[in-house]
Amino acid sequence: MPDNDQKDPNRRDFLYVASGAVGAVAVAGAVWPLIDQMNPSAAVLALASIEFDVSSVPEGGSVTIKWRGLPVFVRHRTEAEIEEARAVPMSDLKDPQTDAERVKEGHEQYLIMIANCTHLGCVPVGESGDFDGWFCPCHGSHYDTAGRIRKGPAPANLVVPDYEFVSDTVVRIG
Amino acid sequence: MAGQSTYKPSNGFTKWLDDRLPIMRLGYDSFVDFPTPRNLNYWWTFGGILTVCLGIQIVTGIILAMHYTPEATMAFNSVEHIRRDVNWGRIIQGTHAVGASMFFIAVYIHMFRGMYYGSYKAPREILWMLGVVIFLLMMATAFFGYVLPWGQMSFWGATVITNFFSAVPVVGDAILQLLRGGFAVDNPTLNRFFSLHYLLPFMIAGVVGLHIWALHVPGNNNPAGIPVKSKQDTVPFHPYYTLKDGFAIVVFLIPFAWFVFFAPDILGHADNYIPANSQVTPTHIVPEWYFLPFYAILRAITFNIGIPFTDITFIDSKLGGVIAMFGAIVVLFFLPWLDRSPVRSGGFRPMFKWFFWLQVISFIALGYLGSKPAEGTYVVFAQIFTAYYFAYFLIILPVLSRIETPKALPASISESVLKVEAKSATTA
Repeated sequence: MPDNDQKDPNRRDFLYVASGAVGAVAVAGAVWPLIDQMNPSAAVLALASIEFDVSSVPEGGSVTIKWRGLPVFVRHRTEAEIEEARAVPMSDLKDPQTDAERVKEGHEQYLIMIANCTHLGCVPVGESGDFDGWFCPCHGSHYDTAGRIRKGPAPANLVVPDYEFVSDTVVRIG
Repeated sequence: MAGQSTYKPSNGFTKWLDDRLPIMRLGYDSFVDFPTPRNLNYWWTFGGILTVCLGIQIVTGIILAMHYTPEATMAFNSVEHIRRDVNWGRIIQGTHAVGASMFFIAVYIHMFRGMYYGSYKAPREILWMLGVVIFLLMMATAFFGYVLPWGQMSFWGATVITNFFSAVPVVGDAILQLLRGGFAVDNPTLNRFFSLHYLLPFMIAGVVGLHIWALHVPGNNNPAGIPVKSKQDTVPFHPYYTLKDGFAIVVFLIPFAWFVFFAPDILGHADNYIPANSQVTPTHIVPEWYFLPFYAILRAITFNIGIPFTDITFIDSKLGGVIAMFGAIVVLFFLPWLDRSPVRSGGFRPMFKWFFWLQVISFIALGYLGSKPAEGTYVVFAQIFTAYYFAYFLIILPVLSRIETPKALPASISESVLKVEAKSATTA
């Protein structure tokens, strides 16, 4: 046998590499479930869409609802706030987006956004800050009346989730 | 330093055992007749103090887990139940919470002692790096533990800290969901943090074992920073250092007990007595005091890094802050190779000494700034001290190793000890 080994080293090397590779695949396959179990479970994903009647929010008012465990602002904006948001030139924005891109056509008064600051996730305080929108007390980010980032460490505008109006007053988020 | 074992089994049973499992010999050689430099000062007692801290946390923690409920709707109440209803629960929970703070006081002193006396230098690089690993594990454990009472600071601390990972380009949000087990911090997050909080202390204990093993190969560094040359330079660990460490541990336990008995909440935040609410963030969120210097570094990066005078950004301020904060710890791993000075002890380095104490002051100042709101001059000062923190490791130490002329070193440890004694005898 030792004689045979020396004559045919390539065959043995191939077997080592091939069995090592198969072993690595097997280990990766076994480890994946152990990691993936940490991802959101079916129970968490099942709560992924909600409906809300926006007519309950008076003009100039705001409510915070819960969607997928996250707080969501539903803000019924005043005419003045909408005008203010539309008047902002794009060049002033860190994350340029027009007001129209952040609301649904025909429902411009309703601003629906995930209420977590895009910096590190705190819930900003409404109708405050230097731009009359939201102010995050944790690390000092200021948002305007369209929820766009204007000043502070946050990198992006408050996130507008996927949603649609299923009737005149009812929205489905998610 | 290991040398020849001097253990002699004292009776038939220990001899029988020694031939099969020489565990008594290991203990004897490591903690009884272990040759230890005779000039160690009280800064060297913090290793023993830290071992006691770890023991206290593990024992009180196992007890608390017998009464605690890791479930989002019950966790807060179960901690109150421990504090109000469980026999001695007020003291045991208080010891665990205060114990975390005392653990960090001790570890910071231990680390700065190593930095002043050059304990990270050859041949103790691995010893130092294992220490940094322990420090990282301690930070993770403390963070997971602070989330468990499920108060407002617990919840929002968990939200902010897990959000660090959302700064990672491309896969940030996927990592975030993986860590939280949901779209927001919630019950799955609490469950896994409890599991990990129970696991990590035992991992720390394992790395402490390696840390002591790595210590016992070259033996202790010492205030003179010169190696042991003869038997005259050392004394046996027992009784000399068992008693010195024991005395220091007793002194350390006095303020520890004072906090537990009279002010168990003084180091915490009142907001954590409000149950977690995912809809409202406390107006002023700050981490526990022992994370404040790193928190200040995180917040000091308020600017994007890119090509100047263009809109091109490589690293935005959010990612930059996270990189700086983790970098502040990662840089410690490279310390043995950044400081090339052949002299270990800061006592013989006239220039190093000043920069070292500036670094201590800068670290404390960062801690103060971390507790303040991130606005105005607080941010400017945080940026200055952050710059100094990194400059100390990356610029000052490498440059000092080249330009500094150290003082003459004593010929041996015993000579340095005898000199001090002779000096005090003449002045008396």
